[in-house]
Amino acid sequence: MINMDEKNAYKTFRIASIRPDNYRVKTFTLDGALEAKPGQFCMVWIPRLNEKPFSIMNADPLTFNIAAVGEFSNKLHELAVGDKITLRGPYGNGFALTGKEKKVLLVGGGYGVAPLYFFAKKCLAQKIEPVMVIGARNEQDVLLEKDFTEEGVRVVVTTDDGSKGIKGFATVAAQAELDAGGVDAVFACGPEKMMAALARLCKDKNIPCQVSLERYMGCGMGICGKCVCGGQRVCADGPIFPGEEALKENDFGQKSRDASGATKTL
Amino acid sequence: MADLTTKIASLTLRNPTILASGITGVSCDSLKRTSEGGAGAVTSKSVTMEARKGHNNPIMVAFEGGFLNAVGYSNPGIDHALQEFSAYDGEAPFIFSIVAKDAEEFGEIARKADSLQACAAIEIVLSCPHTPGYGTMAGQGTPQATQDITRAVRQQTKKPLSVKLSPSIQALGDIAKAAESAGANAINMGNTAGPGMVIDIERGQPVLAFKVGGISGPALKPLAVRCVYDVFESVKIPVIGTGGISNGKDALEMMMAGATAVGVGTAVHYRGPQALGEIAREIDAWLDAHGHASPGEIIGIAHENEPRK
Ligand SMILES: Cc1cc2nc3c(=O)[nH]c(=O)nc-3n(C[C@H](O)[C@H](O)[C@H](O)COP(=O)(O)OP(=O)(O)OC[C@H]3O[C@@H](n4cnc5c(N)ncnc54)[C@H](O)[C@@H]3O)c2cc1C
Ligand SMILES: Cc1cc2nc3c(=O)[nH]c(=O)nc-3n(C[C@H](O)[C@H](O)[C@H](O)COP(=O)(O)O)c2cc1C
Repeated sequence: MINMDEKNAYKTFRIASIRPDNYRVKTFTLDGALEAKPGQFCMVWIPRLNEKPFSIMNADPLTFNIAAVGEFSNKLHELAVGDKITLRGPYGNGFALTGKEKKVLLVGGGYGVAPLYFFAKKCLAQKIEPVMVIGARNEQDVLLEKDFTEEGVRVVVTTDDGSKGIKGFATVAAQAELDAGGVDAVFACGPEKMMAALARLCKDKNIPCQVSLERYMGCGMGICGKCVCGGQRVCADGPIFPGEEALKENDFGQKSRDASGATKTL
Repeated sequence: MADLTTKIASLTLRNPTILASGITGVSCDSLKRTSEGGAGAVTSKSVTMEARKGHNNPIMVAFEGGFLNAVGYSNPGIDHALQEFSAYDGEAPFIFSIVAKDAEEFGEIARKADSLQACAAIEIVLSCPHTPGYGTMAGQGTPQATQDITRAVRQQTKKPLSVKLSPSIQALGDIAKAAESAGANAINMGNTAGPGMVIDIERGQPVLAFKVGGISGPALKPLAVRCVYDVFESVKIPVIGTGGISNGKDALEMMMAGATAVGVGTAVHYRGPQALGEIAREIDAWLDAHGHASPGEIIGIAHENEPRK
């Protein structure tokens, strides 16, 4: 019997529960598990429609946090408990720990908090203290705050309009946490401009940092090239990159590509 | 150390490995990275006149022997591509892959591709099995169409010209001869095979959004080797053997069938962008161990007659 790489095989689950998180985000918990690392993602397939990448929020049971932003994600939001979800993965490299960290700072924006939630639980299991900065436009967009606090993670919230927590960008809160000292590494997933600013900040302060990039994905298997950021294949070489590596790519924080491969300004 | 220097018309490669079209070749930087990884040459994703979004996902699906893909020629269009690749300065020569709907449009896009200074050679693809309006789906896989298109492109460029054929066509010899007589400098043999289909049994649906796709990877190799063997007997111009090459031994097999150089695609999934440099080193090690000074000593030796020099 010849076996293909298990991650490339399609796996069908059923939806065990659906939790609405806000006006456009739902958490989908499936009826099975996947062996995966925080920061990895799956390609979720809806037959006869499309296939799109989503970060793993929890591996056991497999959980996704999905924002309805267009045709595909809206279709996912129409699914009900008991419906099938078919996907392949996990793909990508995941966030990496050296084993020496005692305290880490996690910075997330939008659904970028989902993989950081998975990662925070891994940190806790390894007796590393995670501090979570959640950045959002306004109070309604703050995601998973309760999930983090229930795990015992200290959460700092920032909103652009000041409707909740500190008024301002997540980077402001992150800077304050770094200035307070004791942070051994920074992990970020969110808007790329925020992550670029954070990567520069960490570089100046000589603190290791990892950022999770998002690009239009085609094959998810490192072949088609649609997701490249400069010379890096985000699906296969990433999506997590050391901040210093990301800063070397001209595209980082600047340019993305659409389905045709044409560049567009971030 | 064997001398791996490979010549295809006026093109000189440091080794016989060529990044196949459509494999990460969307950005200038990723081609540079493949060059830095040791590739002999790199090929762009195939480019059309206008931007194309391509087929919806899934555009690629794995099976036990390799992959099926139906990307549908997504690309930003020739004008954007000219801009993208203008900064290419990798050591591996840059091959511009172009496709068009008919001979006239092929001529037009070839003229544009030729204007790019970084463009060391042009490849025209007449063999895509999964894009309506192009390749075999547009009847470009016949001797007559091959001749007309090759001639139209030849009139627009003096740069080395390769014509990429389909392994799923029977009249291969005639098609290769048609390309040669119309001025091609090399035959790339070849594209993906099929098309084939993969159905997910839990959902009872074809996985690819386009339902069918071209077969690449290990399962393609014996077919590609046979096609290269046949084409080698039909034409005098060099053959680039593409299909299922994952390591040095695969490449050597292809060269014994008659390939002067080898195209490498799906192996980038298994081994990353440095795959080509590694394959070149594996070819080198084998040639050394077997007392060969250069690949020229083994190219075409599978044929009954004396290998061509
Ligand atoms: C590694 C990775 C992890 C992600 N994790 C999550 C997550 O945990 N939760 C979540 O809600 N979203 C996540 N996304 C984004 C998600 O893939 C898009 O929101 C989704 O594809 C939108 O599809 P649509 O048809 O609903 O919207 P569309 O109207 O098609 O597009 C809306 C936005 O999604 C982007 N997009 C569309 N297709 C793709 C594609 N094939 N690949 C990447 N981006 C695309 C578009 O560029 C656009 O910005 C992730 C993306 C990546 C690359
Ligand atoms: C995802 C993908 C996209 C491809 N796109 C193109 C393309 O745009 N133009 C082309 O001539 N061939 C294209 N091909 C075919 C490859 O260049 C190559 O001929 C084929 O994959 C066989 O080689 P392999 O087995 O080493 O992959 C593509 C192949 C794959 C897998």
